Amino acid sequence: MAERPSALLRARDLTVVLGGVTVLDRLSLEILPGLRTIVLGANGAGKSVTLRALHGLIPPASGTIDWQGDRTPRQAMVFQRPVMLRRSALANVEYGLAVNGIDGDPRRRRAREAIAKVGLEAIAHRPARVLSGGEQQRLALARAWALEPDILFLDEPTASLDPGAAGEVERIVAAIAAEGTRIVMTTHNLGQARRLADEIVFIHQGRVAEQTPADRFFAEPQSQHARHFLKGELPWN
Amino acid sequence: MFEIFASLGLALDLMANGDSAFVRVVAISLELSLAAAVLGSAIGLPLGALVAIGRFPGRRSLIVSLNALLGLPSVVVGLVVYLMLSRAGPLGTWGLLFTPGAIVIAQTVLVIPIVAALARQVVEDSWNEYAEQLRSLGVGTGRAVRTLLWDTRFSLLTVALAGFGRAASEVGAVMIVGGNIDGVTRVMTTAIALETSKGDLPLALALGIVLILVVLAVNAGAYAIREWSAKHHG
Ligand SMILES: Nc1ncnc2c1ncn2[C@@H]1O[C@H](COP(=O)(O)OP(=O)(O)O)[C@@H](O)[C@H]1O
Ligand SMILES: [Mg+2]
Repeated sequence: MAERPSALLRARDLTVVLGGVTVLDRLSLEILPGLRTIVLGANGAGKSVTLRALHGLIPPASGTIDWQGDRTPRQAMVFQRPVMLRRSALANVEYGLAVNGIDGDPRRRRAREAIAKVGLEAIAHRPARVLSGGEQQRLALARAWALEPDILFLDEPTASLDPGAAGEVERIVAAIAAEGTRIVMTTHNLGQARRLADEIVFIHQGRVAEQTPADRFFAEPQSQHARHFLKGELPWN
Repeated sequence: MFEIFASLGLALDLMANGDSAFVRVVAISLELSLAAAVLGSAIGLPLGALVAIGRFPGRRSLIVSLNALLGLPSVVVGLVVYLMLSRAGPLGTWGLLFTPGAIVIAQTVLVIPIVAALARQVVEDSWNEYAEQLRSLGVGTGRAVRTLLWDTRFSLLTVALAGFGRAASEVGAVMIVGGNIDGVTRVMTTAIALETSKGDLPLALALGIVLILVVLAVNAGAYAIREWSAKHHG
């Protein structure tokens, strides 16, 4: 508590072992309120596992995850491949709300608002699983957004989308952040990282190599690994 | 060769004229198989879903039992049901032996493992896809089961159809527990066996054709459901 009492989330020495392999190796990181964090790193560095561990989907072998305050904040996660239930787009958003104990009129209202905010009103009643990849990802964002989470994890939400759909997703992520939701997102797209990031967390072999304000990271990465990574990933798009 | 064609002609005659013995057998057969498919699905579908995503003591032995039941010759199932229902058996007081009820019980026992095995596969596949998303949303086990059953509803309907097909084409167990009594427990398969042994080929053939049509219809129905749901629900 003494050091940085304002951290929304503080992970200390997280170690995650999957299939006998140490995937996260005493990873520590702090998420301060109000920023948009982009997690970068090479393939297999442990970005996805980090997000899933922070979100509570993977129990760490050791280490701690502490949330600010006495209540666990509302969190949501959007995956690379959206998982839609076999029902209408609107019903998918309502499902997330129902699971979280929101019923009746408020549920319908919030679901409709979220659908509208991602620009899917026109197809709200279409079966979710026959929508295009881009529409499904926007729907996944609406489902998460409707929950009004304090923090939203996104794992390469645009990786399987064409540039147009990716741009839409980017715009929505920025809008969610603007409403006060903390964003922690991974991406392979450095252009996207530059547009969205306030700060960069760079992961190398299951550890945080650096956590740096975005401007500074792209101008002058602090770690050797990030320097190599940025060189290898040029040109930016 | 000529005899086969002659029999075939007579068989088509029976079908076209709605011969009463023929219609009676078909009606009894479909009715009992439908009952067994409904009962077997009511038990087998949740059982399959439970085995697919539940983690509970006894799960392994349940899987082994279901698999064993799947491989059991149906006459043996018939024999066991016969022993249970016979006057001296534990369920003898029900007085069900040689009644349609006995047939439904035997068919249900045969339908359950098939429906459970197919349902388990369907639900497990879907669970692999949904698990992280549902946990992320905060869904508990009870709601997860309900969500999966609903989301796989079209596939599960085809599973139930497969159960119906299994029940309708069953012969050994049905013969043993039903006794092949005309107008009561004589179904298509047992009638075919009897009429063939008596040399009455036209009736046997007519029933055989209906049975083939039923099996075809079941498969066509399952195919249509899959196509339609893939197109309209993804
Ligand atoms: N379920 C699993 N079992 C075993 N190893 C895994 C599992 N999931 C991920 N890993 C391994 O963990 C490492 C980090 O994975 P991941 O976090 O997905 O990487 P990325 O940074 O590309 O998102 C990889 O080497 C991957 O092979
Ligand atoms: Mg990844």
